[in-house]
Amino acid sequence: MTLADISSNLLYVAFIAYLIATVIFGGAVKGNKEGSFRSEQRWGKVAITITVIGFLSQLGYFITRWIVTGHAPISNMFEFTTAFGMTLVGGFIILYALYRTAVLGMIVLPVALLIIAYASMFPSEVSPLIPALQTNWLAIHVITVVIAEGILAISAAAGLIYLLKVIDQKKKSKQRFWLEAIMYSLVLVLGFIIISTFFTLTNYEADFAYVNKDEQASQITYNMPAIFGMNDYESLSDGTFTPLVEMPPVIHAGKLTTVFWSVLVGTVLYLLIRLIFRKRISAMLQPFTKNVNLQLMDEINYRAVIIGFPIFTLGALVFAMIWAQIAWSRFWGWDPKEVWALVTFLFYAAYLHLRLGRGWAGEKSAWLAVIGFVIIMFNLVAVNLIIAGLHSYA
Amino acid sequence: MSMEKKRNKKQNRTIMRTAILLLLIAAIGYTIYNSVTAGEVEVLKVGDQAPDFTLTDLNGESHKLSEYEGQGVFLNFWGTWCEPCVREMPAMASQYDVYREQGVQILAVNIAQSNFEVETFARQYGLNFPIVIDRDKSVMTAYNIRPLPTTMLVNPEGKIERIVTGEMTEQDIAGFMEEIKPE
Amino acid sequence: MDKLLCKCGHENPPGTVLCESCGRPLNEQEENKELADMRYEGTARRSQTYNKSVIDKIWNFFSSVKIGVSIIIILLIAAALGTILPQQQYVPANTEATIEAYYTDIYGTVGTVYHALGFHDMYNSFWFIGLVGMLAISLIIASLDRFVPLYRSLKNQRVLRHPSFMRKQRIYGHGPGQEDTLQKAEEKLSELKYKVSTDKNGLLAEKGRFSRWGPYVNHIGLIIFLFGVMLRMIPGFYVDETLWIREGETRAIPDAPGYVLESKGFTLETYTGEGEQEKFGEAIERVGTVAKNYQTDVVLYKIPEGALPGDTDEMEVVEEYPIRVNQPFKFDGYALYQMDFRQDEFSTMSFALENKETGDSSGDLTIDLVNPETNYELADGSVVELLGYYPDFSGFENGEPQTASPLPKNPGFLVKMTTPDTPDGETSFITIQNTVEPLGDNDYKLAFQSVETRDASGLTVRKDRTLPILGLGGLIFMIGVAQGMYFNHRRFWIQQQQDGSILLAGHTNKNWFGLKKDLDQVNEHASLPAYRDQQEDLEAQEKREGEQLT
Repeated sequence: MTLADISSNLLYVAFIAYLIATVIFGGAVKGNKEGSFRSEQRWGKVAITITVIGFLSQLGYFITRWIVTGHAPISNMFEFTTAFGMTLVGGFIILYALYRTAVLGMIVLPVALLIIAYASMFPSEVSPLIPALQTNWLAIHVITVVIAEGILAISAAAGLIYLLKVIDQKKKSKQRFWLEAIMYSLVLVLGFIIISTFFTLTNYEADFAYVNKDEQASQITYNMPAIFGMNDYESLSDGTFTPLVEMPPVIHAGKLTTVFWSVLVGTVLYLLIRLIFRKRISAMLQPFTKNVNLQLMDEINYRAVIIGFPIFTLGALVFAMIWAQIAWSRFWGWDPKEVWALVTFLFYAAYLHLRLGRGWAGEKSAWLAVIGFVIIMFNLVAVNLIIAGLHSYA
Repeated sequence: MSMEKKRNKKQNRTIMRTAILLLLIAAIGYTIYNSVTAGEVEVLKVGDQAPDFTLTDLNGESHKLSEYEGQGVFLNFWGTWCEPCVREMPAMASQYDVYREQGVQILAVNIAQSNFEVETFARQYGLNFPIVIDRDKSVMTAYNIRPLPTTMLVNPEGKIERIVTGEMTEQDIAGFMEEIKPE
Repeated sequence: MDKLLCKCGHENPPGTVLCESCGRPLNEQEENKELADMRYEGTARRSQTYNKSVIDKIWNFFSSVKIGVSIIIILLIAAALGTILPQQQYVPANTEATIEAYYTDIYGTVGTVYHALGFHDMYNSFWFIGLVGMLAISLIIASLDRFVPLYRSLKNQRVLRHPSFMRKQRIYGHGPGQEDTLQKAEEKLSELKYKVSTDKNGLLAEKGRFSRWGPYVNHIGLIIFLFGVMLRMIPGFYVDETLWIREGETRAIPDAPGYVLESKGFTLETYTGEGEQEKFGEAIERVGTVAKNYQTDVVLYKIPEGALPGDTDEMEVVEEYPIRVNQPFKFDGYALYQMDFRQDEFSTMSFALENKETGDSSGDLTIDLVNPETNYELADGSVVELLGYYPDFSGFENGEPQTASPLPKNPGFLVKMTTPDTPDGETSFITIQNTVEPLGDNDYKLAFQSVETRDASGLTVRKDRTLPILGLGGLIFMIGVAQGMYFNHRRFWIQQQQDGSILLAGHTNKNWFGLKKDLDQVNEHASLPAYRDQQEDLEAQEKREGEQLT
């Protein structure tokens, strides 16, 4: 077995460990009687041990991959997103050591699982560095950012638990709707993973020639049956699905097709869950939060932000600017990724001012933490895949 | 506390605040002004001292701008690929015959073309004024020349009298030479 | 408004809530509160006390956190909107009209609207810069407004506080004490690195006051940063130029007077996927080619002091340097960056002079497309004379060949070929595609043999004298954030009453847990009365009341 194989196997081990730990954390929390933590204490220990094993294993993946490629394994979507999952789990382990919050594990670990699974939908082979990335600033800038985002995501997880506990599931309200919308979007990610895996396993491929927005002839390979056709498309593979609609050149029909399938599968999945359990997902999760100490969740939410915010500023703005000055001759160029880093910075700055200056704690703070996570995910997913810019390496 | 003291204090406060606000608003105004007019900045303006330079012409003679002090210098930047430059050359040549006696010198600065091209061109059009070649574009850079043709009219004091971008008619050329002619 | 005279004799600025010196509540509303609001030590935020003239109103507007946060949110939304479609600098068009047309052509109505709203140049628009400016004003005024009174208050604070002040602190205790309680508490607190001051029968222990300045320090950092950004607009602080230079060319560096650059060569390397790089094979296969290195080897010359532009004879070599991505060439405050390249521009062309009928060659000649010669003499005595050279031939006008640019993109040559067979010479016009024989059929022709190419490097010339200022601003910001967030200001007030009982209060701006831990340690040593966390008590009470209601 080569080191590269060992590396990818370690990632599998981590994935499975997180999966098992999620279930045990869930059982540990659910098994508690109201006001008692006995089950949590007993099973929590088992779950955290498995989590730590998973984390060490993922750390092993990270280090071995670094050795294999010769550069920090954070240079494309697969590597960065995987590392994000790792820092998220790392942040949780530290918090568990401080506060013994099993319920946090029940939320953080599945999210980390989704993130790692999402990452593995991208090409995962080791790739060489283009000239712009050949510098130590790659490691310094990206590792700082990924740690900061992991910590900020913990804040969102604490916020989410807070919301799951306080929002009344019996009364119709805006809060109830939006909380469920968050759950629904998590299911959509699952939908994307399921459908991508399905078509990858069945080796679906369809090639098309098309004319791109700069009016040049191009080719594209769809890995899912093409619902939407590219501008002026022409099928190059026989016996494949014929697109139903042709899109104008400015819309990337290939990506739209992927989004369509993900939403379709995710929605079906969501409806199935609703049909089978006859409950909202947030209502299903609410019983798990019966023993949650709201004050503690609020504290974790805030603590994570005051630790994550300066690290984020350092990594995503300060180090980023230094590197941009070296590589691109200007420290700031209003590239979409840069702008969204600024948006994230401004958002958390607003969070802190609202909390410290206007007393926005508790539920308001929890909502803000969740929105912060949405912005981070938008920067990771949408800005890389939809809005093309200097950072679209993947 | 007396009423007067109080009034003074209030006045001071208002003055202080007004000063800070004005300062900040001025700074922002300046920034906005600069950013909106960005790109319109010209390094050289009419009335500036024309930067000195020395370039060699086709006969191997060197021409130093400052040596022409006391004469008007018609400094024309051009290239053989630039059609308006080519069109105005014969007019420049014929006006040169008129104004050379009156102390106006033409220096045609070619932008980094080969000797062959410039020589062939000069022969073909029978150009009678010195043509110098700016091989490394340093004079072009010093004068911040963007479009071709650009003509800098330098008066006998060595100051820039006028900057002309674009093609000139023979009448224009005569008029400009009149402007920089020594008294 | 008048100054507020406290019962303790201290004169407080108008609007003060808690006496700066002894802490007594100064108005009824404050007296009735169970816990004192200590955020700004009960000082008057200066803006709120005066609200008379227009200037005061503007001042108050910018002093408010609500307004500050609103500006942040608006900026955030505007910045995000600017990423929906590419900004104009990333669009392949460069005049007003073509840019506008580009948005309409590519993005349809959405693009037209986007352009009409000015979102295509969002970050240079006057209103975006205006918003950033308003944020800067807000940063300055809000900080001034809070810092000055807070500083005053902490400077004026007295050791002995009024019992009513202590009772309203979150950490509070009252109970019997011993004779040496104060002395022992002082010992222990000093041991815990508190600064202890005593007065008569009381003590004040304080630690980490500097953390209260954190927010103001980080705001100063941001202001310095924004000031640096503003400075770059002033001519001379900032240079941004592009220099295209071809292999073998020597060019003056724009906006860097006295410096001249020569390009020795441009190199583009790609990953091969072999040997050491075998592990990358799969990735390279999927993507096609992956670039490994872009490099321009340059020589920097300086024109000696006192020499003039154009005076190329006396240039001195300063340095040779390989400019690569991530490795800009720095000299004298300038930096040259490898940003772009164009490959395979023609540099020389070789022809053979051939007899059309027999195909016999009289010999080869090579024309340097950058610096052609007039005569090319061949071995058998034939001569090819260059009559005209058109580096970028674009057609004839009045029978004259024209060139569209000075670059040899489509070279055209007017030649006269003289051979022993044709002593009068034959004229021919040659381009890459065809040959024209304007003066009748020729016996000889120039047959194209080969072409050599060279690359052009696109370098960015940069000078940015604001960088140290921006760096300083960033550093101060980070220091301020750390100072305010990772340290906290802790204070204890302990007083022995006349009846011998001990009054105890504690305050911190954050991390109450740490404060209590300190107090517990002092307690062990000095047997202080038990304390309560009045905030938790209040919350517990509210919860009980809430439960009773449901």
